[in-house]
Amino acid sequence: MTVKPAVQTANWCGQSIERFEDAALLTGRGRYIDDLGVRPDTLHAAILRSPHPHATIRRIDTTDALKLPGVAAVLTGADVVKLSAPLTVGVRAPVQCWPIAVDRVRYAGEPVAVVVAVDRYVAEDALELIDVDYEPLQALVDPMQSLSSNVLLHDALKSNVASDRTFRYGDPEAAFAKAAHRVSVEIKYPRNSCTPIETYGVVAEYEPGEDSYDVLANFMGPFTMHAVMARSLKVPGNRFRLRTPPDSGGSFGVKQGVFPYIVLIALCARVAARPVKWIEDRLEHLAASVSATGRATRLEAAVEADGRVTALRYDQVEDVGAHIRAPEPATLYRMQGNLTGAYAIRNVAVRNRVVLTNKTPSGLNRGFGGPQLYYALERLMQRVAVELYLDPLDVIRCNLVPSGAFPYRTASGGLLDSGDYPAAVAKAVDEGGLAELCKRRDSARAAGKLYGIGLTAVVEPSVSNMGYVTAVLTPQERRKAGPKNGAQATATVAVDPSGSVTVHIASVPQGQGHRTVAAQVTADVLGLAPKDVRVVGEMDTSRDAWSIASGNYSSRFAAAVCGAVHLAAMQMKGKLARNAAAQLNVPADEIEFVGGKVGARGNPDNAIPFGRLAAASHWAPGTMPDGAQALRETVFWSPPQLEAPGELDETNSSLCHGFIFDFCGVEIDRITGALRIDKYVTMHDCGTVLHPGMVAGQINGGFAHALGAAVYEEFAYSDDGAFLSGTFADYLVPTATEVPEPLILHVETPSPFTPLGAKGVGEGNCMSTPVCIANAVADALGIASINLPLTPKRLAPLIAERKP
Amino acid sequence: MKPAKFDYLRAGSLAEAHEALAAEGPDASVIAGGQTLVPLLSMRMARPRLLVDIMHVEELSRISVQDNAIRVGAAVRQAALLGWPELAKRQPLLAHALPWIGHAQTRTRGTVCGSAALADPSAEIPLILVALRGEIELSSGKAKRRIAAADFFTGLMSTAREDHELVEAVRFPCAHHGEGHAFREFARRHGDFAIVACAAISDANGTRLAIGGVADRPLAQDFGTLDGSALDDALQDFAMELEAREDLNATAGQRRDLVRQIGRLTIEEARACRV
Amino acid sequence: MPRLSAGRRHTVRVTLNGRAVEGEAEPRMLLTDFLRHVLGSTGTHVGCEHGVCGACTIDIDGAPARACLTLAVQADGATIRTVEGLAPEPGRLSVLQDAFRRHHALQCGFCTAGILMSLDIYLRDTPSPTEQDVREFLGGHLCRCTGYVPIVAAALDAAQKLRGVARDA
Repeated sequence: MTVKPAVQTANWCGQSIERFEDAALLTGRGRYIDDLGVRPDTLHAAILRSPHPHATIRRIDTTDALKLPGVAAVLTGADVVKLSAPLTVGVRAPVQCWPIAVDRVRYAGEPVAVVVAVDRYVAEDALELIDVDYEPLQALVDPMQSLSSNVLLHDALKSNVASDRTFRYGDPEAAFAKAAHRVSVEIKYPRNSCTPIETYGVVAEYEPGEDSYDVLANFMGPFTMHAVMARSLKVPGNRFRLRTPPDSGGSFGVKQGVFPYIVLIALCARVAARPVKWIEDRLEHLAASVSATGRATRLEAAVEADGRVTALRYDQVEDVGAHIRAPEPATLYRMQGNLTGAYAIRNVAVRNRVVLTNKTPSGLNRGFGGPQLYYALERLMQRVAVELYLDPLDVIRCNLVPSGAFPYRTASGGLLDSGDYPAAVAKAVDEGGLAELCKRRDSARAAGKLYGIGLTAVVEPSVSNMGYVTAVLTPQERRKAGPKNGAQATATVAVDPSGSVTVHIASVPQGQGHRTVAAQVTADVLGLAPKDVRVVGEMDTSRDAWSIASGNYSSRFAAAVCGAVHLAAMQMKGKLARNAAAQLNVPADEIEFVGGKVGARGNPDNAIPFGRLAAASHWAPGTMPDGAQALRETVFWSPPQLEAPGELDETNSSLCHGFIFDFCGVEIDRITGALRIDKYVTMHDCGTVLHPGMVAGQINGGFAHALGAAVYEEFAYSDDGAFLSGTFADYLVPTATEVPEPLILHVETPSPFTPLGAKGVGEGNCMSTPVCIANAVADALGIASINLPLTPKRLAPLIAERKP
Repeated sequence: MKPAKFDYLRAGSLAEAHEALAAEGPDASVIAGGQTLVPLLSMRMARPRLLVDIMHVEELSRISVQDNAIRVGAAVRQAALLGWPELAKRQPLLAHALPWIGHAQTRTRGTVCGSAALADPSAEIPLILVALRGEIELSSGKAKRRIAAADFFTGLMSTAREDHELVEAVRFPCAHHGEGHAFREFARRHGDFAIVACAAISDANGTRLAIGGVADRPLAQDFGTLDGSALDDALQDFAMELEAREDLNATAGQRRDLVRQIGRLTIEEARACRV
Repeated sequence: MPRLSAGRRHTVRVTLNGRAVEGEAEPRMLLTDFLRHVLGSTGTHVGCEHGVCGACTIDIDGAPARACLTLAVQADGATIRTVEGLAPEPGRLSVLQDAFRRHHALQCGFCTAGILMSLDIYLRDTPSPTEQDVREFLGGHLCRCTGYVPIVAAALDAAQKLRGVARDA
């Protein structure tokens, strides 16, 4: 990075400066959880996990394990029940969710016992000495079977359906009655996960004198979970100190799922009376960390003769696995305001059921609800084109929310902040070369190849409304529980006695370069260079400013956190300007911050160095104008647009809405069924771009995740519930040889709802790409029904079927 | 994911290795490159009482040409054989197949003989040994024997090796002048174990095709000079005889279908390569 | 070497990034744990412990190798380089490391150490790779953040710069 000249003005944002994080990470000096020192008396935990998907635990005998030299303690469900309370569940249902099996295991990999020992090797030796007597029960794998099965996962629930809600927006019955056509799709969205390369880690201590827990974990938020964990540990929040390490090895939502282990390891520390450390291994991670939900959807459209969709009818069955672990069923409701995607469809009927199966509990995963929803919606739009003999591009175009309609309130209550969807599509079609791609398809088909083109348009929501999940409750239940809404973003800008600036953010970065971008934002406000600003990314609930929305999820950093940083820096600037005004004898509104100096606009000689001004509140507070002490400015910012779900269940589930239009060409090998992406074009409108390099990184990374979900990855279970994807040799993650480079295009329509105009960008391709590829495969093979992942095993028989 | 306890012996000589294997019997495991064994240890699926490390036995680390065969000692890493300057000239089929084993980062440690000894039905080394009618040299303190590859691989991850025996070397017959060779493999990702792997050798008398990834071991058949629909029929029969496995990546029927189709392409390619 | 008995710790000596070091390890200790928790070199990361993800890739005797597929006792006497040994001096990055920074070829950085070690050796042995060569070689590593695009670009950029350095030398 070159140092800019002193005349540098506010334009660091928008530049792809090198990341401040990288020097340490590239030289092996990162500080991930397993790299940090621990107290010398720290013990290590290993977890015994159920080999059965569903079984009653008759007896657990830990005698021999406890006798093994080096073993300090063994915890079972009984101990956990004694010392803690169940984890809060997000639906009104008589189910209990514990971080360990209590009397019964409900998925293969569920914790059954924890050994605490001098090191991990000895702890694993002791696991082999625990004798568990299981009585296997029938396992439920298929959510549709689970709906009506007599086998129950949670007896008190009296069925396996934890929630069943219907919604009605507009007048869907009338629209369907009038419709010229009805088109429908049925899909089964598989389970998968973004599997960060760093696994979960927890180091916990318990102080009996104060009945308090101190935990370090690579948790990523949301910090709603802090309340869930504190309640489970039966302490007030101020006695549950949760800290995060400076670096985290990726998350993509997944590290939200460490929270039950935080509770479990904290209890281990309490029982062992010593600090306890647990680093999850890869086998544990694949079997039992967290999975995206699987979903069975039937989606029907009422369609006019010209391809315009006038109503949608969703029937969604959400497979959350064996427990409704917080914040589920959020995956199902994250898209509640976006059920109509990028389209101006005014009538929607929905039935949402949340069903329990004998699988790993679901949780956050990049895309979170978007992949599942758009797979149905965008397959449907392709089917509309096929069944009405229309061009799929025309079907998309005639249904898009029109230009100039923003902010646009969707039928289900979402408020689309900004965009020009038709213009973005037109630009993508032109610059991405769709016409040329169609010619490629023609010539490939003429040569006997199986070649198809897929298109997708989606709205990418970001900055979640913390109240959207209450849409699972009826309006009456919500009234009783009290409203939940908003999305508090937090930032602190502080100056120290040397006059340098430190920023604290509660965004818990997991590799996204938050420290760099927050420095750019601050530097722009204060007339500094980003290198002059230091940003602290790790978080400590005992010290930092935070709220329930803190953390690194729903693509909230650029839009919400950077907005809060900007506002905190502006607040600091305002006070510094008043101080400067007093010193320089000019009105505060004539003070400007440029190139490391603070001075009178238009008079470069009348200026003082930023550092000197910034230090003054420490050294000479008595000289400051009243109320202008400029030491530390903390901003909590929550956008007013994020209201609680309304009486008619209208739900503005997210603050910002990016737009994506993708198209791709794929070829399928006739012999092997292998899929090759010939070309992939992805058009993004994510509002104002703060750091183009990082935006490209998010898009490329999201695309690779999406390609994995589309073609390679699935948490597979046998019919009897055995987990089949237990290693990275079974759960196939795409490598550099499988991931092509997409062509990335941009338009920018700044969000009017965020301080910097930015929107989220990290999750969009996980929503658009799987179905875009599937649409191309459907086009190549001329088939109506297709599910993910698009493996040779799935495609080969479809190729065989279409042979004469 | 940490191994259970075991003793470790770094053998300084072949005799020392033999002695340890004789003394411990089935409780001893030989460790060479460890690329398959170490994860099995970490998952506690392998539970030896003793690991005998043979990588420092000088005489096992040689590649030589003996009796018109490439003899590869037990301590020769896959990367070393791949880098052997004479490889492409002596046996092009082996040169074609070796880059398909795992990844560059595992071939640097994994050994040729270790792959043979583990007998994974999808692995490339066993397939090439069967295709070329190679041999495995087994030795113990008392005796040495040579066994044909087709007899050595007895089933899924199982071989004719006795507990006290060491796979001392494997022998790949050198290519004959004028032979054509072809190797094709289909896997989910580059570097994965094969769903189907095909190796073919063709000379004036006919073409031999070996198939990996399908049955519980690599199997080969001679297809003579059959072509056209006769070759299709023969391949069909061969495919039906293979007891094809079903797994997450392919059904048994798909595997048989791939044998027919990729097998034919491989045979044709080998024939076309003849000079 | 005598038979090392299970459950006891034995001295393991290696040359790590040019310095002779030693530590104690049971025969069953993985080299990853030895490097990280005995010798304190935490730059090498553990992602899967079964040899697939490549995060733990280090240089053993001049070749890239998975530390998690190696026992510490197997490495006794070996010459090892890890990510901590790549930079020419504190505060400066190697050509490859610098290319990674310029291309944003890392996000969370967890897989990066292994990829750097692999590429460092690869570019020494293969100065003029094609993009396809680089992609196939990188096939031995998993990265979940970047989609590989900037990693490939950084590798090709570093190769070009290293060729320039070699030419000038």
